[in-house]
Parts: sequence; structure tokens; C-alpha cells
Amino acid sequence: MAKTFSKGGVHPPENKLSANSAIQIVPPTNVVSIPVSQHMGAPSSVIVKKNDQVKVGQLIAQSAGFVSANIHSSVSGVVQKINTIIDTSGYKRKAVIIKVEGDEWMENIDRSAQIIRNFTMSSEEIIKRINEFGIVGLGGATFPSHVKLSIPKGKVAKVLVINGVECEPYLTADHRLMLEKGEEILIGIEIQMKAINVSRAIIGIENNKPDAIAHLTKLASSFKGIEIVGLKVKYPQGGEKQLIKAVMNREVPSGGLPIDVGAVVHNVGTAFAVYEAVQKNKPLFERVVTVTGKSLSKPSNFMARIGVPISNLIEAAGGLPEDTGKVISGGPMMGKSLNSLEVPMAKGVSGVLIMPDNESSRRRQAACIRCAKCVSVCPMGLEPYILMTLAEREMWEREENERIMDCIECGSCSFVCPSNRALLDYIRLGKGAVGKIMRARKA
Amino acid sequence: MTELQIIIATIVSVSAIGILAASILYAAAQKFKVFEDPRIDEVEDALPSANCGGCGYPGCRNYAEMCVKADTLDDLYCPVGGNDLTATIAKILGKDAIAKAPKVAVLRCAGSPEHRASINVYDGAENCKVASALYSGSTGCEFGCLGLGDCVVACDFDAIAINKETGLPEIIDEKCTGCNACVKACPKLILELRKKAKKDRKIFVSCINKEKGGVAKKSCAVACIGCKKCQKVCPFDAIVVENFLAYIDYDKCKLCRKCVDVCPTNAIAEINFPPKKKKPVVAKEVAKPKVVAKKSVDKTNPTDESK
Amino acid sequence: MKISPSPHNYGKDSVSSLMYGVIVAMIPAMLVSFYFFGLGAIIVTLTSVVSAMAFEWLITKYLLKKEPSLIDGSAIITGLLLAFNVPSNLPIWIILIGSLVAIGMGKMSFGGLGNNPFNPALVGRVFLLISFPVQMTKWPLPGNFPMEYADAATGATPLGVMKEGINNGEPMADILQNIPSHMQMFYGQMGGSLGEVAGLALLIGCLYMLFRGIITWHIPVSVLGSIAIFTGILHLASPEKFADPLFHILTGGVLLGAFFMATDYVTSPMSQKGQIVFGVGIGVLTVVIRVFGAYPEGVSFAILIMNAFVPLINNYIKPKRFGEVKVA
Repeated sequence: MAKTFSKGGVHPPENKLSANSAIQIVPPTNVVSIPVSQHMGAPSSVIVKKNDQVKVGQLIAQSAGFVSANIHSSVSGVVQKINTIIDTSGYKRKAVIIKVEGDEWMENIDRSAQIIRNFTMSSEEIIKRINEFGIVGLGGATFPSHVKLSIPKGKVAKVLVINGVECEPYLTADHRLMLEKGEEILIGIEIQMKAINVSRAIIGIENNKPDAIAHLTKLASSFKGIEIVGLKVKYPQGGEKQLIKAVMNREVPSGGLPIDVGAVVHNVGTAFAVYEAVQKNKPLFERVVTVTGKSLSKPSNFMARIGVPISNLIEAAGGLPEDTGKVISGGPMMGKSLNSLEVPMAKGVSGVLIMPDNESSRRRQAACIRCAKCVSVCPMGLEPYILMTLAEREMWEREENERIMDCIECGSCSFVCPSNRALLDYIRLGKGAVGKIMRARKA
Repeated sequence: MTELQIIIATIVSVSAIGILAASILYAAAQKFKVFEDPRIDEVEDALPSANCGGCGYPGCRNYAEMCVKADTLDDLYCPVGGNDLTATIAKILGKDAIAKAPKVAVLRCAGSPEHRASINVYDGAENCKVASALYSGSTGCEFGCLGLGDCVVACDFDAIAINKETGLPEIIDEKCTGCNACVKACPKLILELRKKAKKDRKIFVSCINKEKGGVAKKSCAVACIGCKKCQKVCPFDAIVVENFLAYIDYDKCKLCRKCVDVCPTNAIAEINFPPKKKKPVVAKEVAKPKVVAKKSVDKTNPTDESK
Repeated sequence: MKISPSPHNYGKDSVSSLMYGVIVAMIPAMLVSFYFFGLGAIIVTLTSVVSAMAFEWLITKYLLKKEPSLIDGSAIITGLLLAFNVPSNLPIWIILIGSLVAIGMGKMSFGGLGNNPFNPALVGRVFLLISFPVQMTKWPLPGNFPMEYADAATGATPLGVMKEGINNGEPMADILQNIPSHMQMFYGQMGGSLGEVAGLALLIGCLYMLFRGIITWHIPVSVLGSIAIFTGILHLASPEKFADPLFHILTGGVLLGAFFMATDYVTSPMSQKGQIVFGVGIGVLTVVIRVFGAYPEGVSFAILIMNAFVPLINNYIKPKRFGEVKVA
């Protein structure tokens, strides 16, 4: 039997419509808006001014703290203005708006297709490079990668876990990347192994991607210490705690981090970005994004520059269908619905999902019938029905005792609820409130 | 045993158990008796028993305890009972009472659908906090009211209701006690407590949009654009414009309504005033914000029936 | 464009699809009861289902003043379960009272579906059993689609025979002579309430519900397992005084209770560990009532008693949280 995590989980329809469409490059638009907060942590501080000339790969916003990331221009041209624009958060945030002129890259970026296998950097140099080149977790959480690779004092990393699960329905960006850039990913993994000084890496891939498993297994034979593990298809296997449980059979303690069980988890996309940064001198300014949807004429995978409006990507995939009900950044389980199509591509956008009108509405909410389905699917062993009720009544202390902060917001409870209750909506609300109380207590 | 004996035995044993239990209870009650200042009960009886938390204490009983404990009643104001209640408590406790200005909540947003068009439809849980965590709102204005009614739920006095036409909450002045619950409940910080004036008249800037004038005006027709006209015209220096947003200090404002006349976007609301004698521009009246609270009789001193 | 928090897709189950799933699972047992108890069973079932729906509609509309919703099918289940729990010769007026108590007192007085602490059908059944003990314990004997209703020939249930025999000190072998064989009981050829006799049909229904994912194995297995173990120990200790486990499982409402009534969503615990505790509690109480109590049958009481413990179980038995391990 294939490995998987042990507790809870659901299996939503996979709908991997774009699995067979190769990654295409979309050219940047005339104007791009590069948001300054594309990652977890502090927004970066802009270091360019209006009318500045910038090149592709040039640093335009500097990391503002340890948990923050540099941002590089994805195009060459002139800075038009620094303004606010609605980004994936749904709010207006600061962004650098650049008028595109030509496509002039920084000179030190290696644009050849040649794969460079050997690297000489030391662990510190690698982490410094990753920090400088603005690499963040590309699975969607956008946590700055150098933070994860800097092992805190007193902890020892034993295994590098690479997330090639892509358990979200519809999304195929990681899948295509593994098929097309397999060797680069493996080199990227080797670089990260060196960075955290481990000799073992495990790539977890769900069994609905047999071609990717076969391809990487073949390639990995020439790499030392990298294993590929096929996993039973189950959502949310891509959650890092679930993935660690599936491939290592270890449980990250409540409130703890993967490093507490000696694991560091990175996405395959991140591994590719690390390869490009270290071997090709290329900062993170473009990424693979799946643009998909049932009524979209050409569900595709694109290599898209950061800052390009989403509407442009939808155009490239055949145009916005008439029956569009909802446009989501990410997958249907954890993605964020967008309130504007002019939202720019960001480092964390792994997919753009267009849902037809008839599928996008929530169903009518009914009374809880206490069927316990939410309890049985919760991968964290929580009781979503209690958490929701307590959040509605604002009983934060009990909420904390019921371990609300363990929730990974995977949405399995809302997915499975026969009464269509807004479980996760309220749990998220509760998490926000309890988190605030806990931080206030610490301070 | 004959039947009579059974009956007698039953009566005797049951009575014995009853007496025993009663005496144990009595002894326990005596032993664990806690002395409480009888004035706490007296004060509590005088309180409105709304347990709304408007005074800052978890319930009316706690408030009563604090009143008895405290040296002065200055910091202990029950917004529901108002100054009458403070006087009553002062009399019970023999302390001095300082009169405080009663307040009433106002909604500083006038963005009904006719003024700001919806650009998308919210389809999540009916809760302002959930919606505001998700995105800026269904219109172009990211400061404005979401209209999902957290304030309505928070109000213990049925003083707020969503107006179906405007999609905005309306505050009913007679019922509003100024307990601050709605102000705390609003994730957008739109509601504000303002001093009650004569005949419940109110002048306030019905907008909290801090964006530049052009941007604000684009997303909402009745937004404050920060043009400073009101600031210039105000004879009492009651208006400050900061971050492209005017704010009227209710302590300085004398309700002269000059600012209302000059405001180019009708962002300043005037409530409970009689119609003007000299009409400024008829068209402007039509676009008046609809936050007008229900007409009320003079209730500057709320009495018991307003609870 | 619509905006909502994630997740953006939903599972296929809805309240009504789950409820209709349960109803489908009850159909085999209903058909078996129609075959053995004939016209009476049909009259009782129809009366009970129709009246349960009518009462729910009336109470929602006129007492709770809400928009009545019968489409979720929960009233049909209550009606069916109540019918399954009474003899097939029960007069219509008694069924009406039972159904009013079940829906009115057992369910709607707590606020309707989702809020009732006790299984509504069982509340109705126990109310009838205590109020009308004579009518409720006259069990028609099974036939081949008999056409009698009120005047059907009656007899005792196997459990009744067993209880009386043991109380009178008859040898076990003699008692077993007077009751149907285990195989007959498995098919449903014995006296009893209309839905409880058909062991095989109930099992088919249960398997269907497990297959559809409507219920999990925890409650049925723990109820049956605890009954089997408890009676097994008693039987091994004194085969003359205590019947064998299989007899206990096949008779009375054990299968009906374990598959359909203890698994009722609203009145069973939320965590799987809690469900096992709940099931074992039902099993043990059932045997205690049957073997040591005054009633020959105890499933209904056992389930109702355990229903009362559900809030306590939910409060103290939590699912094992992920990551609840000491830091290594």
C-alpha cells in the first residue's frame, strides 16, 4: 500500500486539466506592477524611484528584516510610479509600476539552456545567495526560503523533504516542472542539501503523477541520497506536517516546526528557483503558473513574469469564459478568490483557476446535524464544529484550549460538511483572534 | 408490618432525612457565608441589568462592586443609565457624581449602492470580520461599510438594523445607549460614539476614506476628498483634515451647518435638523447620505424606558 | 464576480442525500417486515411515516413559525424508525401519539434537526412502551404476507420466551425448543417489532450505509462486539442460565439499534474514540437490562441512556490531535 498521512483527509475530484500541456513562456505586458509584499513577513522597502531605468533581474525592493525577501524587477524599462494596487490579498498594497521597454537582462544572468551540475559554494554562501535572490516558498505559502534553510541553534536537520505532491485539484505547475526541469530540480535539491548539511532528501509525489515519479526516479539514480516516494492521492498531503508524516512517519509536535523532527520541507518549484539562483545567477522574477478551469478553452501552464496582470495570463489561455463565476489564485481548496482581474502575478501564485458560475456559489447553509464528518476528515485531529461555534460566540480561551492554532486551514471540513456550514470561515476568524491574544500575552 | 406501620415508618424516616439534610445545609450555609456589602445589591438593583459591558466591566454586578469599592465615581460611567443613574448611585453610596455627556453611535459611511457600485459579490459567511479578512469589500472603497451586520449582532438594545435599501446599518437614537459594543465589533472601525446634542442633532463627516481625493471620489460619490473647504469655512476651528479626510470635533462643533453647505461631495451628514429656509441647491438634497437616524423626540436625558 | 473564502469546491454529500441514503438502507428490512407481517406492517409504517412528516410540518410552520422543510428527509427516518420499533398490530391512534411524541417532544421541542439530545424515534417508542404496555407487547406471529391487522394471532418474542423460561428455571434445551432457530431469526421469522426481526435485511442496509460512507464502523461494531463478549462470558460461565451471544445479537432490536438508531448522527458522539465508548456503553447496558432487569428487551433504553451521556463523552473524549507527542 502506498504511503500517506494517517489522520483525516479528503479526496476531491482531481480535475488536472492542464497536466499534458507543456510550459509555455508568456511575454510580459506593456506595464507590469510588482507588489512589494509577495511573501510572508515584512513588506520589502522600495529602492527605486520614479523614472529610474531598470533591467530584468535588477533589485528593486530590499528585504526589510530576517523574515522578508528581496524583490527583483521582472522586466526592463522605466519605473512609472510607485502606487497602490489591489494584489492577491484583496487589498490595495504598494507596488512598483514599470513601463516595459525591450527585454534587457542583467549581464550576469546565464540565459543559456545548458544544465550546470557542479557547484562550489559553501553552505553559508548558498543561503546568502538564496536570501539575496529573493527566493521564497513557491508552494503558495511564500515563506522566505533562507529562513527555512537557516537551521536554528540547537536543532539538527536530518532530512530534506521535497514537496512534489501538488495535492490541490486542478493545479499542474509542479507536475510539469518535474517533467520538464527534472534534472535542474535535482541539482537544486543537492544545493539545498549542502546548505543544511544533510545527506538524504526525499521527494514526495502523489501517485496520480506516475510519469513524474518515473522520470525523477530515473534521473535520481545519478544523484546520491535523493529518493522518490510515491504517495497515495489524498488531500492535504502537500501540507508540510502531513507530508513529513507521510514520507518520514514522524509527527511535527503541535506548535512546532518541521525542524523539530529534523526535517526541512521545500517545494519542487523552490528547488528549481534555488538551482537557477545558484547556478545561473538568476533571481526569482518568474515562475510556473497553471491557468485552468472547466470552461477555459486552453488550460495551460505558463512561465510567467512577476507583475504581469492575471487578465493577461487568462487571455493567453484562451480568454475569460463567459460563464465565469469566480477567479481564484491557487487551487480550489486553499486558493484565494480575487476581486480584480488586474491583480498582478506574484511569487505565491501557483495557479489561476476560473470557476464557472454554476459551480462557484456556496450552497445554502443548514443546521449542523452533528454527523462528525468534519472531525473524521480533519488532518490535524481537531473538532471543526466546536471551533466554529466557539468562534461565533467569541469564546477565545476555550478556542485556544481546543487547539485552534493547530489548524492548517486546508478546508477539508468545509469541503465535506453536508450542511454546507462555513466552518473554515469562522475558524480562520478564531485563529486570527486567538493568535492576537497569544502574541499580546508573549509581549 | 401492617399498612399503617409502613405509612408511619415512611413518614418518620422521610422527615428525619429532611430535617437532617436541612440542618446540614444550614450549617454549611453559615460556615461558608461570605460577607458582602449590602450596598452592592442596592446599586445592582438600580442598574439597568443589560449586562452589555459598556461600562468596561463584564457585567452589572461587577460594575456595582466597583462602584462600591471606588473612591470616586468619575471613571465609572454606565452609558445605559446615563447621568440619572450616576446620580442615583452617588446617592446610595454618598459619593459625588460628575455629569458626563451622553453619547450616541454614528455610522461614518454613506456608501449606499447608488453612491458606490458593487464590482463583485461576496459569497462567504455573513460576518464582517470574515469578509474583511478576505478582501477590501465588494466596492471600490476599501474603507467603507461591508453591511454584513456585525454591529447589529453586537447591539444588545436593538438599536441598529440594516436598511435593506442602502445596505447600511441605521442607528436608532432613542434606543442607542452609547455602550460602545458596535464600535468594538466593527472591523472597519467605521462606527464612532459622538456626543449627544440638543434634539439629537448631529453633524459629522460620513466617510473614513483616507485615499487621495480623486481615488476616493472614483470609488464612492459621497466620499470625503479632503478638499479642506469645510475646514476653511468652520468658524469654530472644529474641523481638521488629515490624510485627505476631514474630522469634526464634536466638542467644538456648534452645529452651524456651514460645512454641510460647502461640502462638494455631500460627505458631511446633518441629522435631525429642520429643513433649511434658504435652499442651497436642490440637486444636492437628493444625493444626501442616507444615514439619517430615525426621527426622535428630545431625549437628552435618557430615562428608564429607554433601556 | 463572486468572492468567498476558501475552500471553493464542495463534497457531494448534503443533509438530504445522507438522510435518503439511510432511508434506502432501511428499505430491505421494511420489505421483509411487509412479507412477514403483511397488511398490518404496511398500515403501521404508512401511518407512522405520514404522521411524522405531518407533525414536523405543522410544528415548524405554526409553533416555530419557520419555513417548513421536509425535503431533508429526517422526519421520514423518524417515522420509519418508530414503525420499525412497534408491533404490526398496533392501533393507529397509538401510532399517532407515538409519532407526535417522537417529533414534538423528541425533536422539535429542542429546536429541530441537529439539536435533539435523544433519538426521537426512541423517545416515541419508549413513551408508548411505558404508556401502553399491553398493546406494545402483543407481538403478531410472522406469516406469509398475512392480511390480518388488529386481529393478528400474537405470541411472545424469543427474548420473552427466554426470559420467562430462565425465570421459571426451565432447562436451556427446553427453552431453545420453543424459540425459532438462529437461522430463522437471521431471516426474520420470529415475533417482534416490525423492523427488528429481519437480521439479514438490516445487515444489508448497514453494509450499504458503510459503503456509501454514511456511517462508520465504530458504533455498530462496538455495540455488537460488547454484547457478544459480555453475553459470551456469561454463557461460558453458566450455559444453563444465560443464552448464547448469537441469540442475543439476533433477537430484539440489537441489530436495528446498532445499525440504525445508535448511529443516528445527532445523538451519537463526534469523535471515533467517543463513538466506541458510546457503543460499548450501549452493548453493556443492553445486556444488563436483558439479563438482570425486569424487561426482556433493553436496546431502546440503553441507547437513550447513552444518548444522555453524549455531551459528556464529547467533552472528555477528544480525537487524538496531530502532533500530540513529546518533542524528541
